Amino acid sequence: MTEYINLKTPLSDSDVEKLEVGDKVRISGILYTARDAAHKRLVEMIESGKDLPFDLKGQLIYYVGPAPAKPGHEIGSAGPTTSYRMDTYTPMFIKMGLKGAIGKGGRSEEVIEAMKEYKAVYLAAVGGAAALIAKRIKKVRIIAFEDLGPEAIRELEVENFPAIVVNDTKGNDLYKIGSDKYKVPF
Amino acid sequence: MRQINTEEITDTVEKICIDANYNLGEDLVVSLQNALNKEASPLGKEVLAQILENAEIGRNEQVPVCQDTGFAVVFVEIGQKVIIEGQGLQEAINEGVRRGYKNGYLRKSIVKNPLDRVNTGDNTPAVVHTDIVPGDKLKITFIAKGGGCENMSRTAMLTPAQGRDGVIDFVVNTVMTAGANPCPPIIVGVGLGGTFEYATLLSKKAILRPVGSHNKDSNTANLEGELLEKINKLGIGPQGFGGKVTALAVQVETYPCHIASLPVAVNIECHSHRHKTVVI
Repeated sequence: MTEYINLKTPLSDSDVEKLEVGDKVRISGILYTARDAAHKRLVEMIESGKDLPFDLKGQLIYYVGPAPAKPGHEIGSAGPTTSYRMDTYTPMFIKMGLKGAIGKGGRSEEVIEAMKEYKAVYLAAVGGAAALIAKRIKKVRIIAFEDLGPEAIRELEVENFPAIVVNDTKGNDLYKIGSDKYKVPF
Repeated sequence: MRQINTEEITDTVEKICIDANYNLGEDLVVSLQNALNKEASPLGKEVLAQILENAEIGRNEQVPVCQDTGFAVVFVEIGQKVIIEGQGLQEAINEGVRRGYKNGYLRKSIVKNPLDRVNTGDNTPAVVHTDIVPGDKLKITFIAKGGGCENMSRTAMLTPAQGRDGVIDFVVNTVMTAGANPCPPIIVGVGLGGTFEYATLLSKKAILRPVGSHNKDSNTANLEGELLEKINKLGIGPQGFGGKVTALAVQVETYPCHIASLPVAVNIECHSHRHKTVVI
């Protein structure tokens, strides 16, 4: 009964506009990893007019710091980290053409507004399902900030990466809708 | 007196760092299966099934169940008839963590200074808590504490007048504010009483009890039951997508406190609850 929407990166405005809160997606193509320290450096590069290690246009950023790969594995376990820590940086990236982010946990009003205005989405992967998610990552390459270790920017080639639409381009929020539905007053 | 060499402590810590990160406890797995049966939300059920499948992959393929392999928090109960020989205890534990995180391909998540934020590269130092207890054994408990759920933990110094209701409000509000962030379904550790720092330590010890076990004191056990019921009425559900199972368990530990105080600490633990204990 479960139906998935297949997404292939890079994404266009119409790719993300058709997505609705609660949709289950399977992503194939390239994802770029970045978390706290990498976001800080990217913003510093933008502010000093430098070229970024990858073009944000049409891309998805995955908030992850993977575990090291065991011998014979392409990558170690690689589940999402909590997204709100990136909230201060995200609206700037969305204005520059980023089409969305994958993480876990709620986003700020500013991020949700930026997603509405510039057509982007926020997707959640299942936090703590990191060994399962790693199986959908076929290739990994560090493209920037190698000194940051787990926080380096990696280019991930993914196949059928599972995620759920939490914030769509209309400003809806699955966390709010979901908890309102199951809340019992006391 | 009984002599224990720090080599043995280092070896033990190395083993349990890896074991805890690959193999979730049976109590937790049973609790997650019960949650899957109880959950009403289809999406919530799907999430719980994925979490259980992930636990199996960790065990079968011997890989970390979560990429955040945590801050190494180590509790050591030292029997007062034990003499520890060799190097310093903290260094022996750090060496075990260093080896475990390297040899187990675990993520190095510790930065040397909170503001400079340069990674130490080997996941050390550990946070070590020691207790001197009667006997001639040495008990080592390792917990891999993830950053996401630790960030959602809170402490408050309530007034005695706020009482039981005040405690319930604070705990439930802490979980509500945390929402989807700490990877629900969570385990809620509550430290009640003691001093400012001791309540917090108790809250961490509380999450180390078997999942869903009750405090031996019946009033405290009742408080645990009422907190769990209220928290699961919040509707947050697995991963915050909505549902009936927001917490797997609420576990409260208490200690006497000052006539002026009512300290309460809430340590939130994600569903990826990784810990092991070994007695030497």
